[in-house]
Amino acid sequence: MKVLMTEYLRLDLDAEQWECRVCNHVIGTAHKGYKEGMLVYDRDPRDIHPPILAPEKYRYTFSPDPEWVRILEYYCANCGTQVETEYVPPGHPPLHDMQPDLPALRAQWASRPEVLEVSVGPAVIQRADDHKH
Amino acid sequence: MNDISIKVPDQAIRPEEAALIKKFLEDTTLFLAPDPEIMNKHDLMERSEQEDISINKQNDAHTIAKIRDRLQSGCDEGYEMVEQMGAAPGAKWGDVITGVYSASGDLAIASAGGVLLFSALVHHPIKFIIKNWINEPTVGVRDGDGFIHNDSRYGNVHNTDQSMILPIFHEGNLICWVAATVHEGENGAIEPGGMPSMAESPSDEGLKMSPFKVVENYQIKRDLLTFLQNSVREPKLQYEDMKVKLYGCLRIKQRIEDVLKTDGPDALIATLRLTMENVRTEVKRRISEWPDMTVRTFIVQDSTLRENCIAKINCQLTKKGDRLIFDFRGSAPEFTNRPTNTVLAGLKGMLSQLVMCYIWPDLPRGQAAFAPIEVITDPFSIVNSSYNAPNSQSLMSIFTGFTAGQHAVAKFLYSCPEKYTKVHAPSFNMINTFIWGGVSQHGETLGNLCADLNGMGGGARVDMDGEPGLQPIFATMADIGEQELNEEDVPFLQLVSKKMTRDAIAPGKYRGGQGYTMIVATKDSEEWGFMTTAQGAKVPPLQGLFGGYACGTYPLSKVKGVDVYDVLLNEPGKFKHSIEEIMNDQSFDGATYTTHHMGMGFEISNRGELFMISQGAGAGYGDLLERDPALIVKDLEEELISHAVAERLYKVKIAPDTLIVDHQATRTLRDNERKDRLSRGIPYAEFIKSWNKPKPPAHLPFFGCWGDDTETLYMGTPDKTRHANESMPNYMRHPKDVRIEELENRLAAAGALMDEKR
Ligand SMILES: [Zn+2]
Repeated sequence: MKVLMTEYLRLDLDAEQWECRVCNHVIGTAHKGYKEGMLVYDRDPRDIHPPILAPEKYRYTFSPDPEWVRILEYYCANCGTQVETEYVPPGHPPLHDMQPDLPALRAQWASRPEVLEVSVGPAVIQRADDHKH
Repeated sequence: MNDISIKVPDQAIRPEEAALIKKFLEDTTLFLAPDPEIMNKHDLMERSEQEDISINKQNDAHTIAKIRDRLQSGCDEGYEMVEQMGAAPGAKWGDVITGVYSASGDLAIASAGGVLLFSALVHHPIKFIIKNWINEPTVGVRDGDGFIHNDSRYGNVHNTDQSMILPIFHEGNLICWVAATVHEGENGAIEPGGMPSMAESPSDEGLKMSPFKVVENYQIKRDLLTFLQNSVREPKLQYEDMKVKLYGCLRIKQRIEDVLKTDGPDALIATLRLTMENVRTEVKRRISEWPDMTVRTFIVQDSTLRENCIAKINCQLTKKGDRLIFDFRGSAPEFTNRPTNTVLAGLKGMLSQLVMCYIWPDLPRGQAAFAPIEVITDPFSIVNSSYNAPNSQSLMSIFTGFTAGQHAVAKFLYSCPEKYTKVHAPSFNMINTFIWGGVSQHGETLGNLCADLNGMGGGARVDMDGEPGLQPIFATMADIGEQELNEEDVPFLQLVSKKMTRDAIAPGKYRGGQGYTMIVATKDSEEWGFMTTAQGAKVPPLQGLFGGYACGTYPLSKVKGVDVYDVLLNEPGKFKHSIEEIMNDQSFDGATYTTHHMGMGFEISNRGELFMISQGAGAGYGDLLERDPALIVKDLEEELISHAVAERLYKVKIAPDTLIVDHQATRTLRDNERKDRLSRGIPYAEFIKSWNKPKPPAHLPFFGCWGDDTETLYMGTPDKTRHANESMPNYMRHPKDVRIEELENRLAAAGALMDEKR
């Protein structure tokens, strides 16, 4: 049984491993965090959140302070998909963010059919008589 | 705190002596402080004998559903009344809630719209009234009484929110309670508007009302009213909104009486109880559908509103069977003299808002949806502050706590086969708005805020972008009002209002909903000022989801030494409609241009000086290389992003004049970027060897746990720590003293202190 855990991660409950949903690459054992099987890049936050106010003139610019926060980008080592980001103070150890209980998941999914396409959840439907501005 | 435990050998005390001691202690209680027995509990009260009897008499599901719907529309009607008639800006724009509470004080049914977190908190003061005032001969609880409350330590978000609480009797028996709560604004604190960031102790936070009786025979007691009016800066608003809440409650009472006439008291009591019990059972069933897992995340608060620092909100969310446990241990220690702390109940209230608005919005609204969910914190924590800690800016910790929860929950929901909402990246969580006060153009003393706090950008979702603006995490179906109407009452204009701030983005496969610019300038008053109370000018207060990015940061900009109304009259071409152009072009002669963090203490403004801020974006979802180029074109058309930034980040090629996408070039650019990632990315094991540090860096004033060790809390420097379980004073120095010392040291180093006597 395989479970779609995030937009890019799949958990193989029998082989007990993380897989990339984009390229099917085996990321690593599910007894550890998926991050441990990924490539990491220490991103200067100013690359992603560009200064709107001139940095040479102003202390605050709409860009995060790179000495206070970095963005860790986690890439699939096979296809380069950006599987997760993590905003952290410099030097802060990455979090073991998803730690599944594998036996419990196996028991839970034993009575469920495998899901190959996740449901996106209910949409808000606009009625014809809805109030509009 | 009125229960004092006495250690006496068991055999030495007989039952009658124990009773005597208990009576003695009760008779000699000097102070009814917040009761930990009430304040620490958010689960439902035990089913009472009366509830049992009523349920045995009436438990037909259809009758219960019919009565619930009638009570629901009664609450909604009361809500509408308060919203339409309320004088406070918060009331007018939906920062309101009404509800029906069981005889034991649990919230059974809340109004559908409004700020649900209020109603998850008002059960505390009702339980205080039940425990202390019903049998108190000097107070008592009778038909026609009404109780007022605002002190968060007895169960509230912050003391700018006031509740009116009415007991409902039937043939002499107390059968339920109704209450209405409004974000009123003014409360006589050290700064106007009700949410002082300068407060250094509870004594600076203004009026603190433990629950007391202000209404008898359905009439507001004039003596108490006069005292309350004298305690705040908006005496007329205080009266008007007390009346409005009272009449809102009375309308709900009328609807309850209609039910009593048609179906009798047992049906009503059974409806309230079964609604809660059924919701609680259903919540446990739904939790058990989630994967058994532990998810960890944290959110950074980058200021205390007085100075920049890093205060961590640490969150570990564990689901096991039908249990769900939010563990906030490791979060920053409580600040002794900064108001960004929250009482635990405030955090729980906002987590219940998460449950009711973002996880299971289909469930009846009330206390039951959060009742079975567990919350753990350290004592003396920024998310569980003690009696003596100021908490007027508790929203900072309540909202970042919410975001930590929202971020963690998404990682559980994705794999659930049945979903009740879309998987959602964190929404923006800061109240980027102007709080204002002074004397208006009509000579009235005012203190309140712009409803733009409701303009938060929504987080991106699994299959669509986030809503730009107007997705406040704390209120559903809220509004931001008409700016032109506001301007009839207040002496300033929003010269730029609701224009999206370009490039203040949260990229992803689906981007976060963006925030809008607000530029204000005082016009018709010599005595008017502003304050802003938000974090996130240095470090984003969000995390992205599944490869999406968080928002950027949002500063305050000021232009002084200009009268922009003269500029608009004489040289209108010099005024530009964005913070970017005004600050970068600097086209007003002789003006000064400065930027600041978003914790601006109350500041008197001169005519025509500019104060400029932006609402924030919700977080992005998914890898930005997967973003559909057509959506990027739409962002360009809507001026949410500039062309160069869009091309650089999203790796697209779009013709600037026609906005036609070059798909071939885009594919190549994106393929190259994926290859670049593979070459610049470092294998995890190797990366952490140089990245991981055992302590926070010396240059960061860091508060909270570092890494996995949640028992050691850092307190501003790598060398000062506290054990998570112990209390330790955590004083911050006055930022001006810090600055003066810095400047004096520079003078001394330059030999310029001369022979100043010390
Ligand atoms: Zn892959």
